[in-house]
Amino acid sequence: MRLTLPLAASTGAQTDLLLLGLLAVSLAVLGLVFWLMLVYAIRYRHNSPVDRGALAEKSFRFEISWTVATLVIFFGLFIWGSTIYVRLYQPPANALKVYVVAKQWMWKIEHAGGQREINALHIPVDTPIELIMTSEDVIHDFFVPAFRVKRDVLPGQYETMWFRPDRIGTYHLFCSQFCGTAHSNMIGDVVVMSAQDYAGWLTTSGGGKTLAAQGKGLFIRYGCAGCHLGGGTVRAPSLVGLYGSPVPLSDGSTAIADDRYIRDSIMQPKSQVVASYEPIMPSFANVIGEDDLVRLVAYIHSLAAEKHG
Amino acid sequence: MSQIVLPQSQISYLSDGVSLRSWLLTTDHKRIAILYMISITFFFFLGGSAAALIRYNLLVPQGMIQSAETYNRLFTMHGIIMVWFFLVPAVPVTIGNFMLPLMLGARDLAFPKLNLISWYLFMAGGACALYALFSGGIDTGWTFYTPLSSNYAQGHVAAVVIGIFISGFSSIATGLNFIVTIHRLRAPGLTWYRLPVFVWSLYSTSVIFVLATPVLAITLILLLFETLFHVGVFDPRLGGDPLLFQHLFWFYSHPAVYIMILPGLGVVSEIIPVFARKELFGYKFVVWASVSIAVIAFFVWGHHMFVSGQSLFASVTFSLLSYFVAVPSAIKVFNWLGTLHKGHIRFDAPMIYAFGFIGLFTMGGLTGLFLAALAADVELHDTYFVVAHFHYIMVGGMVSAYFAALHYWWPKMTGKMYPEMLARAAALLMFLGFNVTFFPQFILGYLGMPRRYHAYPPEFQVLNVLSSAGATILAAAYLMPLVYLTFSLFRGDRAPANPWGGLGLEWQTPSPPFTINFVVTPVVTKGPYEFPKPGIEPSDV
Repeated sequence: MRLTLPLAASTGAQTDLLLLGLLAVSLAVLGLVFWLMLVYAIRYRHNSPVDRGALAEKSFRFEISWTVATLVIFFGLFIWGSTIYVRLYQPPANALKVYVVAKQWMWKIEHAGGQREINALHIPVDTPIELIMTSEDVIHDFFVPAFRVKRDVLPGQYETMWFRPDRIGTYHLFCSQFCGTAHSNMIGDVVVMSAQDYAGWLTTSGGGKTLAAQGKGLFIRYGCAGCHLGGGTVRAPSLVGLYGSPVPLSDGSTAIADDRYIRDSIMQPKSQVVASYEPIMPSFANVIGEDDLVRLVAYIHSLAAEKHG
Repeated sequence: MSQIVLPQSQISYLSDGVSLRSWLLTTDHKRIAILYMISITFFFFLGGSAAALIRYNLLVPQGMIQSAETYNRLFTMHGIIMVWFFLVPAVPVTIGNFMLPLMLGARDLAFPKLNLISWYLFMAGGACALYALFSGGIDTGWTFYTPLSSNYAQGHVAAVVIGIFISGFSSIATGLNFIVTIHRLRAPGLTWYRLPVFVWSLYSTSVIFVLATPVLAITLILLLFETLFHVGVFDPRLGGDPLLFQHLFWFYSHPAVYIMILPGLGVVSEIIPVFARKELFGYKFVVWASVSIAVIAFFVWGHHMFVSGQSLFASVTFSLLSYFVAVPSAIKVFNWLGTLHKGHIRFDAPMIYAFGFIGLFTMGGLTGLFLAALAADVELHDTYFVVAHFHYIMVGGMVSAYFAALHYWWPKMTGKMYPEMLARAAALLMFLGFNVTFFPQFILGYLGMPRRYHAYPPEFQVLNVLSSAGATILAAAYLMPLVYLTFSLFRGDRAPANPWGGLGLEWQTPSPPFTINFVVTPVVTKGPYEFPKPGIEPSDV
C-alpha cells in the first residue's frame, strides 16, 4: 500500500508543494493545540497543588495577537493557492486540443485527426494538452489524480482544462461528480506515450477523415454554408479566419472567438449578435448533437489556418 | 397512605400529567424538547444504519452490495436524514429548546404554541421524507445537483423535496421564536454581556435559520417546478442554467453548516469554564466570533464550486472569504486553551467530550484550509478528503458537542445521574472509533478516490477496510449512551440541582425543573462564568 500519489504532470508540481506547505502549517497548529491541551490537563488537573499564581488580566493583548497571526498565515495560504490556480488557468496557445463528450456513463474522446476512443485518452508526453469538454446529459467531472487536475463537465456549454504530462504510463481517469446509477463505472485510462508511440497510435487507430473534414460535411448538411460561405453574401459574417480573433458584438462589447464562443453562437445565436448583422440566425439547440458540434467547431477552427496560410 | 400535596407551582415538568395527550399537546418548552430528542434519536440511528451499510459495501473493491442503485440510494438517505433531520435540529432545537428559557430565567419561549407547531412541522416533513426513502428512495445525493435530480433521477425526488421544504418552516419558526425570546424574556439584570455563550450561539444560529432557510425553500420549489412541470430553470435542455441551482443551494447549505456547528461551539464554551473552574477567557471575543461567523457564512458559498465552472474572479474571491470565516473559529480554539490555562480541571464525561470536540474540530478546521486553497481544492474536491473533512466537523465536532451537551444537562433534564465511568468510557471509545473511521479517508482522498463510488480500484482497499473497522467501534460507542442513559432514567441516582457547580440560571432550579421553571423570577447580578478566584474560599466572596 502506497501513501503517496505519483505525479505525472509537470503542471502538478506546484500543487504538491502547496499540499506539503498546508500539511506543515496544519501539523504545527495541531501539535501546538494538542500539546497545550495535554500539558494543561496534567499540570492544572483539579487536585494538582501547582501554584496558579496571578491570572493574566490583559486578555485582549492575547486576542489581538492570535487574531492577527491567524489572519496573516491564512492570507499567505490564500495568496499561494490562488497564484498557482490563476497561473494555470489559461491554456498555452500551442496546446494539443482534444474534445471530450461525457454522457451517462461513458467518456467519448475525439481527436483532431478523427480518431475516437471511449473511456481512454491517449496523449503524447511533454506536450501541453487542452481538453474541451461538454456533457450530453447531467454534470460529470473529468478527474485525473496523477495530473492534479479536475473540472466539472457541464451540459450546454464547453469547459476547458489543460495539463502537461511528463511521465509515460497509464493513469486513472475518474468521474468525480455524482452522475447517477453507474457513476463509479464512469472511469477510464489516460495513457501517456512517447512522441513516437503516439504517432504510431494515431495511424493505427483509424480516423480516416479528420474532425475538421467531417465538420465540413456537416457544415453543408445543416445549411450553415448557405449564409456563412460563398463570399458575396451579406446576411451573415464569414467564418474564414474567425477562430481566435476578437469579434465586435452589437451591444458594443467584444468577444474572443474561442471554442466556447462558437458553440454558444450555434446554440444561442441571439445571445451574441455580431455588430452590423441582423439577429436572423435560428437556434440549433436540440437540432445538433454534441458529437456533431465538436466537428463543426473543429471545422471552423480549421478555417482560421486557411486564412493565415 | 398519605400524600404530600405540592403547590401547583412546584410540580416537576415530568410529573405534570402522564397521558400521551399531555405530551402531544403540551406547550411546555421542556416537554417539546423531549419530543424532539426522541425524534432525532430515531433519525440518528436510522441515518447511522445507512452509514453502516455504506461502510459494509466498501469492504471490497467491487462492492459488497450487489447493486450500485441500492448503494446510491443508501448514501442519499444517509445524507438527507443526517443533515436535515438530525444535525440541523440536534443541538439548537433539542438542547436549545430545553435550556434557553432556563438560562434566561424565563417561564417559556416567547411563543409556546408556535414551538409545538414547529415540532409537528418537523415531524410532518420527516414523515414525508421517510415515506419517500422507504418506498424506493432516491439517488441524487443530498445535494440534489441539477439536471440529474430534476430530469434524470429515479424515485420520489418530489416527496423528499416536499419533506425538506416542510421541515424548513420548522427551522424558521424556531429561529424566530428564539430571537424574540432572547430579546424580550431575559431575567432582570441579565444584560447582553451577561448572557451565557450558548445563548449567543443560539442567537447567531437563529439568525441563519431565519435568513437562509427561505432561500432553500425557494430553491426546492424551483426544483419541483422543473421536475413536475418541466419549467426550464436548471436544465440547459429546457433553457435553464445548471450552475444556478448550485449557487442557490449552497447559499443556504453553507450557512446551514454553521447552523450545525455554532451551537456546538456554544456548548463547549459552556462546559470548559465549568469543569476548569475558571472564567471563560476572552468572553467578548468568543461572543463576537459567533456573530461574525454567522455573518461571513453568507458570503462563502462559492467555495463549493471551485471546479464547477464559475468564473476565475468568483473563485479567487470566495477563496479569500473562506479564509476569513476560518479566523473566528481559530479564535475560539485559542480562547478555550486560554480558559484551561491555570484552571482546576476535572474530567467528568462532559469535559472528555469537550476535549474530544476541540481536537476533532481543530483537525476538521485545518483540513478546511486545504480545501479553501484554490490549487489544492482542484486536486481534493469531490474526493474522500472532503468526506473526511466535513465528517470531522459534523460528526467529530457537532455530534461530540451534542453528546457533551446531553451528558452535561442530562441531570437537569431528567433529574437522574448517569453512570459516570461508562460515560467516560463511551466518550473515549467514540474519539478512538471516530479517528479510525475517518482519518484513513483523508489519505484515500489525497490518493484520488472519488466520493460516492459504489466500486473502486483495488489499491484503495486497505484504507477502506480500516475505515469500516473503525465504523464498527464508532457504532458500539454510539449504542453505549443509548443503553446507559435509558437505564439511568429508571435506576439512576437522583440528581442534585447543580451537580457540576455551574453558575448559570439553569442550575438555580431543581432537577428536573418545575413546569413553571422558576418559582420566583431570578435576578442576575454578575456574568455567567465568574467563578471564585483561586485561593479564595467561596464564603469570602
